[in-house]
Amino acid sequence: MSLRRFIVPVSAFVLQGCAGLQSALDPSGAEAERIGTLTWLLIIFSTAILVAVCVITAVALFGGERWRARISGERTVIGGGLAFPILALSILLGYGFYLMAPGSTSARVEGGLRIEVVGERWWWRVTYVDESGRRTESANEIRLPVGRPVELELTSADVIHSLWVPRLAGKLDMIPGRTNVLTLEATEPGISRGQCAEYCGGPHAFMSFYVIAMPEDQFSSWLSGEAEDALAASRDQAAGQALFLSSGCVACHRVRGTDAQGTIGPDLTHVGSRHSLAAATLENDVAAFVRWIRDGQHVKPENLMPPFEIFTEDELRQLAAYLDQLR
Amino acid sequence: MELPNPDPRPEGEVRELERIWATPRGWRLVTAVNNTVIGLLYIGVAFLFFLMAGLLAVVMRTQLAVGDNRLIDQDLYNQMFTVHGTTMMFLFAVPAVEALGVMLLPQMLAARDLPFPRLSAFAIWAYVVGGLVFFSTIFYDLAPKGGWFMYPPLTLMEYSPGDNADFWLLGIGFIEISAIAGAVEIVVGALRTRPPGMSLARMPIFAWTMLIFASMIMFAFPAVILATMMLEIERAFGWPFFTAAVGGDPLLWQHLFWFFGHPEVYIIFLPAAGLVSMMVPTMARTPLVGYHLIVVALIGTGFFSFGLWVHHMFTTGIPALSLAFFSAASMAVAVPSGIQVFSWIATIAAGRQRFRITTASLFILGFLFIFTLGGLTGVMVAMVPFDHQVHDTYFVVAHFHYVLIGGFVFPLFAAIYYWMPLFSRRMLSERVGRWVFWMMFVGFNVTFLPMHLTGLRGMPRRVWTYPGEMGWDTLNLISTAGTYVLAAGILVFLVDLAAKFRIGNRAVENPWGAGTLEWLPNDVYSTRSIPHITSREPLWDRPSLPQEVRDGHHYLPNAPTGWRETIVTSPIHARPQYVIQMPGPGWPPFLAAVFTAAFFLLLTVKMVAIAVICGVLAIVFVLAWAWGLDPGPSKGMIEIAKGVRLPTYMSGPTSHSWWAMVVLMFVAGSLYLAYVFSYLFLWVVSPEVWAPAGSPAPPPIGWPVASAALLLAGSGILWLVSRKLQQYAASRLAISAALLLSLVCLSAAFMLETGGHLTTGLDPGENAYGAMVYLGAVLFAQLVLALLIMGLFTLARHLAGKLDAVRRVTYDNYALLYHYTVAQSLLGLGLIHGFPRLIG
Repeated sequence: MSLRRFIVPVSAFVLQGCAGLQSALDPSGAEAERIGTLTWLLIIFSTAILVAVCVITAVALFGGERWRARISGERTVIGGGLAFPILALSILLGYGFYLMAPGSTSARVEGGLRIEVVGERWWWRVTYVDESGRRTESANEIRLPVGRPVELELTSADVIHSLWVPRLAGKLDMIPGRTNVLTLEATEPGISRGQCAEYCGGPHAFMSFYVIAMPEDQFSSWLSGEAEDALAASRDQAAGQALFLSSGCVACHRVRGTDAQGTIGPDLTHVGSRHSLAAATLENDVAAFVRWIRDGQHVKPENLMPPFEIFTEDELRQLAAYLDQLR
Repeated sequence: MELPNPDPRPEGEVRELERIWATPRGWRLVTAVNNTVIGLLYIGVAFLFFLMAGLLAVVMRTQLAVGDNRLIDQDLYNQMFTVHGTTMMFLFAVPAVEALGVMLLPQMLAARDLPFPRLSAFAIWAYVVGGLVFFSTIFYDLAPKGGWFMYPPLTLMEYSPGDNADFWLLGIGFIEISAIAGAVEIVVGALRTRPPGMSLARMPIFAWTMLIFASMIMFAFPAVILATMMLEIERAFGWPFFTAAVGGDPLLWQHLFWFFGHPEVYIIFLPAAGLVSMMVPTMARTPLVGYHLIVVALIGTGFFSFGLWVHHMFTTGIPALSLAFFSAASMAVAVPSGIQVFSWIATIAAGRQRFRITTASLFILGFLFIFTLGGLTGVMVAMVPFDHQVHDTYFVVAHFHYVLIGGFVFPLFAAIYYWMPLFSRRMLSERVGRWVFWMMFVGFNVTFLPMHLTGLRGMPRRVWTYPGEMGWDTLNLISTAGTYVLAAGILVFLVDLAAKFRIGNRAVENPWGAGTLEWLPNDVYSTRSIPHITSREPLWDRPSLPQEVRDGHHYLPNAPTGWRETIVTSPIHARPQYVIQMPGPGWPPFLAAVFTAAFFLLLTVKMVAIAVICGVLAIVFVLAWAWGLDPGPSKGMIEIAKGVRLPTYMSGPTSHSWWAMVVLMFVAGSLYLAYVFSYLFLWVVSPEVWAPAGSPAPPPIGWPVASAALLLAGSGILWLVSRKLQQYAASRLAISAALLLSLVCLSAAFMLETGGHLTTGLDPGENAYGAMVYLGAVLFAQLVLALLIMGLFTLARHLAGKLDAVRRVTYDNYALLYHYTVAQSLLGLGLIHGFPRLIG
């Protein structure tokens, strides 16, 4: 698109240094790029009209007699209020339909990789279903192969949520009793951030996640690693694992390859390899695990994991170290 | 033109008018019903809600000034944005518009009052008490926190335990009812109390907008009333309308809510546009350019606005075809707004002298800029792919604040400066006004313009805090600074208001040199005589009019019945038809309102016994008030002008009371259509729970047939009574028996309908089908209850000798509602018993 070629440098100038991980103005996905073009087009269109209206109003207020007389009739009303909007809006609408037409959102890839994402209060349950039908459960992070459209099947376990990764595509709601399908196609490798966009009560503000787009080969090796069970705990981590298995954590969490088989909370099999904890509320390191286990209700008020104040400092460190090495 | 009353008027007429229309003093002020008095209370309280909800916004903006802020906690923030939105929409915007209607409409129509003064008083007091209690929940951690849109399942008992959500549902539910009462008043007022000669084509634009406003309320509010009923029933009794697992659907709520919620925006904006259309010609000193185009545009907007609701749901995953339709409709609605904007610009240019720059004009120009920008971002979000990005982000927050503050608050401030002289002895300061305007205008834009960018850069709405490293800090800090400037501007306004506002007659009669009737000489009785109108700007076209009106040379210069009265004219051509005698001050409307509010609020906190007592008391006071109405033709014909004599009583389709009843039937009809929509919607979503396969089959056909036969019999009885009232009037026994029989038929029909479903073992809590079937019965029961009260009341009137062949308005109203109920119930029986058989 030639228009795009014109606009991109302009936007780059305006937004110098502004690009954030969650900015729709810095697209790195096919759909977001299309919408990005539309966005700039709409901004130019609206600004032009706003300026025109201001100029005409200024003429009506301060213009000379002849100019004022020229715009004082019903012709102005019919031309400016009826004819022009109908023409301009029709063109705009046509363009909108063209963008919405099938083909622009990639058609279903039969038998390809798909990802089921379930909105939970206040985290994301992510399950990869690959070509062979193998299911790999993870949480609070989505990894995508670059250059390939991937379907996300969105549902909710409780209230309405909405999955939104501005750099990749627009948002789509997750509604109990319905399944919505969102197609994401990353155009370049890298990290971006997504967030729940439908108010879901309590710590709605802390329901985010990272999306990592990886080259195809890296992605497939990552996915096979993710599908594997957790490594057996080393001698150093044995105490931490014992605490994990005996302190009630297993009622909600699963660590594949151990006795922890809870399904209420996020799967922790490879929790240490993720970019964040608690749905992008905390960074992922040993200290963050300690904080989360002890002070979770301060970090993310009203979240559904009860605070565990039963541990000593040493125990906390052991437990956190165990979780941290689940990579 | 020949004057209606050319002769000099006798002494003492003005003193008599003053005595009859006198405002009660001291603590009896609460019994006042005159539109100028209760209108001031109305606008004052609405403005108070604006200030309080605005303060919440200032606190929220302070919390968001920097990332990772912990100034206020999450739970309080969630309550605050819910109360902010709810208050601004339900307790400020809609009531403020109605208040302007109550204050200004009768003045612009030179009517002495609105046709149902006690109904206005009732609606206003119910709103004042209910609204204040609702708002105060924020102070004791009882405020709802589901957002002003209250989407289930988040607002179901499972995810929102406690009374918080119920305060929203019952509190707002009943404020909606108060809004409908106001709408009835405004429709009948605009159509039936115009001055002689003011045909629809000469009606001021503001009256047009109020008429469209009230009609839109009639069709939009019932949808959200039904939705709130359903949600409250699901919360309290577990009937699963919105629970997907048993056949309900959370999206049903969204459809009903936005079917109300989108027209709501135009419900707020159109009257504000009407105010602008009144003020622009005055400041330009020339008639409005394109009056007819504006009227068509207003009607078009009202009509289109009901076809846009899905644009609030573009991201819910609905099919592409619906998206395309609603996207097109959302863009189309921009056209009528464009017509209005260019009409105002053309009018500004059309004045021979330049447009006068007063504070009111500044607010209008500010409105033009802000609203145009808001309209353009509206066109942007109507583009589906763009909306997918910005929906539920700060871009949308910016968009609708541009539309609502620009489209309503700025015109409201313009209106306050412009019409202040009608209600205050002193005008507001023009010098301070400049400061107020510029602070508000700059503050507003500094607050909301950056938010477009904040949203595009990924900040979602309704988050109480955000990580500092997201790149949103600077933008948010600018927005917060702007908020303080905006708030400071409003503070300066308040100081000036406190210094200048003194209730009383104006010092300057027509300070802006306006052309419309509200600027006629005025007193507690409104104008001394009601003018004959021959043009759209009577004061410009007939400079002698104010003096003629003051000297009593126009219609009804006195009070011949000794009551408060005004002229009722025909709806299109405004030909005088009769004179209504209107009730004056009294305790019943005030007390009925207080007890109605108490009923709903006590129900919310589950104090059922006291609530029921209050409910009964409310009904008792309504009946006490109704007893004094329907005066009958005892005053005979009276002379309103030389050689023009009008009756003082009217029944049937000419009567204002008949019109109000018809409006009410439209409201009930919309409510029922929303129910039929919901029934079919849930069937489409979950056919598997529907009878006959997924639930017990409906009862044998004999049940509904018997029910229908009883209903038709009841209708037949009333039809006979209507025709033979003359003959039977002699026999009290026959009329009494017929009235009672009609009530028996109705109650029996209801019991058969409900009983039939009970025999099949259908359980309302089991699945959505059962819930919908019994909800139909609930809607039936509401009308049955109303008719039982009205029927027995009519019977009492009859026994007291207050019902006969001529004095029959009470009876007519009962019969009208009865026939309506029969029609609705027959449709309901067809749906409930026919549909499952059709699909089974």
